[in-house]
Amino acid sequence: MTLRLDKLGVVIAAIVVYAAFLAPFATFRANRIVPGQARSILEALPPAPGVLLLAIVIAAAVVALLRTPFILRLAANVAALVALAILIGVAGGFLTPAGNTFARVSPASGFWLLIFAFTLLLADVLTRLNLSPWARLGVLVLAALAIAVLLVSGRWDSLSILKEYASRADSFWAEASKHVTLALGSLAGAVIVGIPLGILCHRVEKLRAGVLNVLNIIQTIPSIALFGLLIAPLGWVALYVPGAAAIGIRGIGTAPAFVALFLYSLLPVVANTVIGLAGVPRAANDAARGMGMTDRQRLFDVEFPLAFPVILTGIRIVLVQNIGLATIAALIGGGGFGVFVFQGVGQTAMDLVLLGALPTVALAFAAAIILDAIIEMTATKRRVETA
Amino acid sequence: MKAWLPALVRLAVLVLLVVFITSPNWFEPLLKPLTENGAPAIYNQGSLLTLTLQHLQIVLMATVAATIVAVALAILVTRPAGAEFLPLSRSLVNIGQTFPPVAVLALAVPAVGFGEKPTLIALFLYGLLPIFENALTALTTLPGNIMEAARGAGMTGWQRLMKVELPLSAPVILGGIRLSVVISLATATIGSTVAAKTLGEVIIAGLISNNLAFVLQGGLIVAALAVLIYDGLSAIERYAARRMGQGAE
Repeated sequence: MTLRLDKLGVVIAAIVVYAAFLAPFATFRANRIVPGQARSILEALPPAPGVLLLAIVIAAAVVALLRTPFILRLAANVAALVALAILIGVAGGFLTPAGNTFARVSPASGFWLLIFAFTLLLADVLTRLNLSPWARLGVLVLAALAIAVLLVSGRWDSLSILKEYASRADSFWAEASKHVTLALGSLAGAVIVGIPLGILCHRVEKLRAGVLNVLNIIQTIPSIALFGLLIAPLGWVALYVPGAAAIGIRGIGTAPAFVALFLYSLLPVVANTVIGLAGVPRAANDAARGMGMTDRQRLFDVEFPLAFPVILTGIRIVLVQNIGLATIAALIGGGGFGVFVFQGVGQTAMDLVLLGALPTVALAFAAAIILDAIIEMTATKRRVETA
Repeated sequence: MKAWLPALVRLAVLVLLVVFITSPNWFEPLLKPLTENGAPAIYNQGSLLTLTLQHLQIVLMATVAATIVAVALAILVTRPAGAEFLPLSRSLVNIGQTFPPVAVLALAVPAVGFGEKPTLIALFLYGLLPIFENALTALTTLPGNIMEAARGAGMTGWQRLMKVELPLSAPVILGGIRLSVVISLATATIGSTVAAKTLGEVIIAGLISNNLAFVLQGGLIVAALAVLIYDGLSAIERYAARRMGQGAE
């Protein structure tokens, strides 16, 4: 058997060698905002786990470098990722002097590069395995469970980002629920308004160009400006419309953020509804008409189900985009994970930035995978039904 | 609607934009009602013209870099030598789009410090995706008979790429660049939260001092720039498509 090199593996192995031997694995700081000192893998861990980690990482890189079976690649990758995840916690405990509550340990570039390299490889293996939608959801659930176990077991408690969390545990969950409410609520609003509007645009040709142009222009307004511009009209509503203030409408805070996200969400939903309905085969419509279906029946029983996967694609775009944009709501007092990001930027406390950014990225990522799986399921279901 | 009307509207927007950023004080009476307690109606902590030019410069630099890298990567993964990277690059594009711009921006700060650099990095990374996606679509869906003809005519791989594949893909790649520029124009404003000199400064100054006039002028300049650049690039795209015999839609 001849050994053949895997091209992607060459890139991965190069990143791994650099990250494991040349880049710092962890950063140690005397308190949360002073500049840190770099620590390599062997300096950041007790001797035995340090050597073990290097061995696992190098073994995984060799497996990546050579053309090896999928199962072996998968196992080596998962092993490397799990070892990195557990041992960064060990490094936290090892580097923090006993009884010192000010010292901070955070993962450094070497750690992030290793995670990046192995995640890349894992993504490659999973892509080539061509998993079914259910299997992809299963992988997502497994990954989420693994992270949850690590968090609950307290293995990461010695890391700086979790110390930031510990001092803000209550506000973290409050902002988290605000973030999710903002993203999902504005999506729900956009679906309730956008789908009927899309159907209307599909039926009334005169309306289509106008509505889509207006929505296009709204998309070009920078998010921070749109958030800001809504402060005045909503403040006016709160003052002069009876009952508005009572249900929480105010000039600053959640209300303008909600309206801005809603406005941004409309274009993808309306546009995809129009595209989806336009893509319904003429034959299907003719057949429905021939069967004596009313316009209404045709819409709900024929056109809408056929256009559904395309509309779902629009919803996916909106959800991922809203989860990201909701971070900006913090600038106008709307809450969400952006609160930690902007606080962290203000205090140059990067672990606080991470406390806001990592959950946002994780949420957006999970939303994308879940909706992609649902889109694929509805699309294949349709194909099976029509086959 | 008459055919010349949209062109006239665009010209008016352009003239208004240029007049506004060069002599904003003429518009003071218009914006004055939006301010409270005698606050200034026109941004007074720097020139709007300079900020607009800096804003455009950051977007231009990031887009040029993103175009070069994205097109080069797309060419690489569509050659036989790079075919192994094709499935992975597709899923990377998908994953990359889930990263919110604010997160990219904030995470770039520890690596390169405050100022223009993190904004450039965020715009570059964010701009890569649409261009790469479009370049990949264009290069993988070229008509088979044309590629056969090029091969039959004895063209080398390099000649096919430069004389056939890239010119034929140009309109779709330009579409990706257009999308990327519009996203970058808006995202660059967020760069001002990490001290980049862009029009976001005007908006943020307005948010901090509760001055609606600032927010409005910052937002409108960016929106007008985006609409004009979008239209301009669409026109170039139609021209390229016509030259490739694909006809205007």
